[in-house]
Order: sequence, then structure tokens, then C-alpha cells
Amino acid sequence: MTSSYISLGYLGAAMLFIFGLSQLSKVRTARRGNTMAAVAMLAAIVLTLIDLGSVDYRYIIAGLIAGSAIGAIAAMRVQMTQMPEMVALFNGVGGAASALVGLSFFFANVHKLADNPSVSAMLGGEHFAVTTVLSLLVGAVTLTGSVVAFLKLSGRMTGDPILLPLRHLLNIVLLGGTLGIGVWITTGVFTPASAIALILVVFFAALTLGVTAVIPIGGADMPVVISLLNSYSGVAAAMTGFVLSNNLLIIAGSLVGASGLILTNIMCKAMNRSLANVMLGGFGGDSQLGEKDTGGYTTVKESSAEEVALVLEDASSCIFVPGYGLAVAQAQHATRELADLLQKRGCKVSYAIHPVAGRMPGHMNVLLAEADVPYDQLFEMDVINGDFKSTDVSIVLGANDVVNPAALNDKSSPMYGMPILNVHESRMVFVVKRSLSPGFAGIRNELFELDNTNMVFGDAKAVLTEIISELKAA
Amino acid sequence: MSELMIGLYVFVLSIVVGFEVITKVPPTLHTPLMSGANAISGITIVGALVCAQTGDASFANIFGFFAISFAMINVVGGFLVTDRMLRMFRKR
Repeated sequence: MTSSYISLGYLGAAMLFIFGLSQLSKVRTARRGNTMAAVAMLAAIVLTLIDLGSVDYRYIIAGLIAGSAIGAIAAMRVQMTQMPEMVALFNGVGGAASALVGLSFFFANVHKLADNPSVSAMLGGEHFAVTTVLSLLVGAVTLTGSVVAFLKLSGRMTGDPILLPLRHLLNIVLLGGTLGIGVWITTGVFTPASAIALILVVFFAALTLGVTAVIPIGGADMPVVISLLNSYSGVAAAMTGFVLSNNLLIIAGSLVGASGLILTNIMCKAMNRSLANVMLGGFGGDSQLGEKDTGGYTTVKESSAEEVALVLEDASSCIFVPGYGLAVAQAQHATRELADLLQKRGCKVSYAIHPVAGRMPGHMNVLLAEADVPYDQLFEMDVINGDFKSTDVSIVLGANDVVNPAALNDKSSPMYGMPILNVHESRMVFVVKRSLSPGFAGIRNELFELDNTNMVFGDAKAVLTEIISELKAA
Repeated sequence: MSELMIGLYVFVLSIVVGFEVITKVPPTLHTPLMSGANAISGITIVGALVCAQTGDASFANIFGFFAISFAMINVVGGFLVTDRMLRMFRKR
């Protein structure tokens, strides 16, 4: 009897998840939506504990406390600039949890093989066997893939693609091998020892696959990778739901799976790449991105912060274009300060946000929100692209590829076709950048050589602070 | 209808609902969406809890303990950090 009450409770939690996510469609209600989802999660946990009845709670309580403490500390300490790697890491532990549930379920039942050697009978039917293996496989790939993404994003590992010889073959063999062994396990008959050996082979092969699938992907493509891994972690959770015949897990998992896929798709479009290209892995940094063309700038003009301040004094409109360089330099607060100053002088200020600016979708919005920039000053690419023509000054802060006009007019450029911000159309462009080094795509930026462009070399925060003090002195 | 079929129905329909709901999320909120969705994927905690029901130090229980810990890191960390971000968004 209890179990149908529990099921109804789960249904309520599932609805709360969906309502919570739908509240994310407006900034005003988003926080409430997140709280609703958190309440749904709490309800799911409590209901499950009630459903378990009187069992030995030692391991459960220890796990709940340890996990909550680590999660809370991590969430409080992380800086907004480190958000992408934090999400990657959380993603990874989520994948690990799915894989471990699969393993645990397997080990709890493996002794039954001594009486009946069929693995699918041992796990309660063929589809339980299939989904156990899938939850293990997807979870393990998500774990190591996310850890590699974390290492790349946090700079603990090179952002350059690491290209192993025969890597496509290797990945195909690993994927085919794990799937093949998975099918073999679920359909064959085994002794407990051989079944354990095989399931561990699947587990370790999947862990390896996560690594080999992500290391060839360059740092620039990490937004796509974390979106995709996010989707995988949802799918892994849904598979776990099949293993345990729990519809709440299936629902929540598929919501996350869908969300990850949508974001992946948006990222791909913004980078002018196909989803299939991403799914196959091994992209970014090799043939598609062309030869590294770093030098060869001839007509670059350089400006000092003082000159920028002079121009800004008379400007009546200004658009800031933030990129990853702004995050690295922690320049979001200085940007806001300059914007405030300009607004006080009667200059119209807005921010143009490219979909792949930063290292994850929406990263710039969070950074600028942290600096108290009102979100109604932030504009998406499609909305603001028409405004550059009538803008006095555009200031590009640590962005590069997303403002390269070659994407519009140079058919031979590997970037051709990627949607960009039309910064070059504004009357005057200042590019604040450390050097003339290329962006992630590794190609030269025509914008730097245009007549209306001036380079301001230096750390974004230092340059902005200097401009602010010049403006104040004027 | 078999249990597997019902599960499949639920899976497919939820994906459809997910697509509908999430397409409406504006780009401004994509980072909080990602970390919030990530926290929701910690729903594996429900599966993890079922895995560690006895007090002995069996493989099943030890894996269960780690599954619970990892899922809770994902859940608690994910929701808290999302809330931290959303708190910062404000209008003029």
C-alpha cells in the first residue's frame, strides 16, 4: 500500500521538476524555479528513505552527510569565473553516481549466478541487464569525460587538442568493445567470477573511452563538450531509472538529457558546426580549423588608454563586447565601473553577448550579473547586430574569433559561415587584448587591421582601470 | 503493457516535455540552466539510496556509499551554486 503513496509522491516531485524548469524561462522567476526543483529533489530523497523502511542506515547517512558537505563547500567557494569547470566537475560526479549504482546493483545480485548462470535472469530480466550495463557505460564515460573537461577548463591540462595516433579507430574499438561485451553479458551465461571480470572490463573500457573521446577536443570547444556531457549525465540517470523501474528517475533524467541536447545544438550553431560532427568526437583543432596563422599583421594601429578616454569623452553610444579574456582578467567589475561613468556622462551603454563568448553558454551573463550589470543592458547577437552601424565606439574585451569579419566575407577562411558580432560596422573599435596572438580557432583576425580599429594592448582590467582614471581626470 | 514499454513511453514523453520547456529559457540564463539541470541529474541519488541497505562492508554497499556521496555533491552543490548565480541577476 505504501508504495502507491510513494509513487504518487514521486509523480508530484516529477511535476515540481517540470514546473521548476519552466520557471527558468524568465529571470524574475528563475530563482523560485531552482528552489522548486531543489524541493522536488528533497521530496524524492525523503520518499525513497520512507520507502526503504527499516534498513541499516549507516552507509546511507554517512554518504548523505559526506556528499552534502562537500557539495555545499564547493558551491560556496567557487568563483564565478570558474563556473564552467565547476559544472564540469559536478557533471562528472553525477556520472560517477550512475556508474556506481549500476555496479552496486550488479554486485548485490552477482551471487545468484551460482544457482542460475544467466545474467539477465540474475538482474530480473533482459531489460534490467541492458540498462544496468548502459547506466554503467554512460555514467563512466560522463565521469572521465567531465574530469578531462574540468582539467582543460581549469588550465591544469593543455587546452590544445591531444591527438593520439589512430584515435578514431581507438574510440570505435572502445565503444564497439564495451557495447559488444555489454550485449554478451546480458545474453550469455557466466560464473560469478567471469561475470565480475567482464563487467569490470566494460567499466574500465568506458572510463578510458571518456578520456580518449575528450582529449582531442580543443579548449575552445569545451562549451559544446560540457553541454553534451550534461546531456549524457541525464541519460545515465534515466538508464538508472530503467534499472530500478523508477519513473521519477526516467523523467528527471530525460529532462536533463533534453536540456543538454538543446544547449549543445545552440553551441554548435554558434560555432557553425554540425551536431553529428560533435557526437563523433575528435573535432576541434585539426583539419577543420586550418593552419595556425599567427603573424603577418601589417597595418595594426595601437592606442593608449588615454586616447581611448579621449574618444569616449565625446561618444554618445558605446557597446561592450566581452569575451573569455574578460573572465581571465576578472575585469567584469572594472567594466561595470566604466559603463557607469559613461552613462553618467550621457552615453548610451549596452553589452553584446555572443552565444559562445566565455567557456560555457551564458557565462558572460553570469559574470556581468556578478558585477551588478543590469541584465536588460545585455543583448544577444541577433538583437544587437543591427545597432553597431549607429554606434560610436565598440570596445572588445578579450574576445577574438566571435568578432572576426572573415566569417562573413572570406570564403577561404575556416571560420566562414560562423555567426559573428558585427563590431567592425561601428564608427570606432577598440580591441583590448594582451597581444596579437590568435584566438581559439588559431586564425588571424581581419578586424585588427581595419581602418576604424585600434588595438589597446594589456590586461583588460588594468587597461579599463586606466581609462576610468583618465576619464575621471578629464 | 510491459514495465519496459511504460518506461520507454515515460522516457520519450519526458524528452518531448523537456524540449518544450527548455527551448523557452533565454540565453541569459543558460549557465544557471546548465548547472540547475545538472543538479537535477543528481536524481540518481534515489537509485543510490536503494543500493546501500545493509550494514556489511560488501562491494554493493561500498559502491552504494560512494554513489550516494557523489550524487549528493551533484545535488547540493548544483542547486546551491545555481541559487548563488540567480541571486545576482537584477534589473536596473
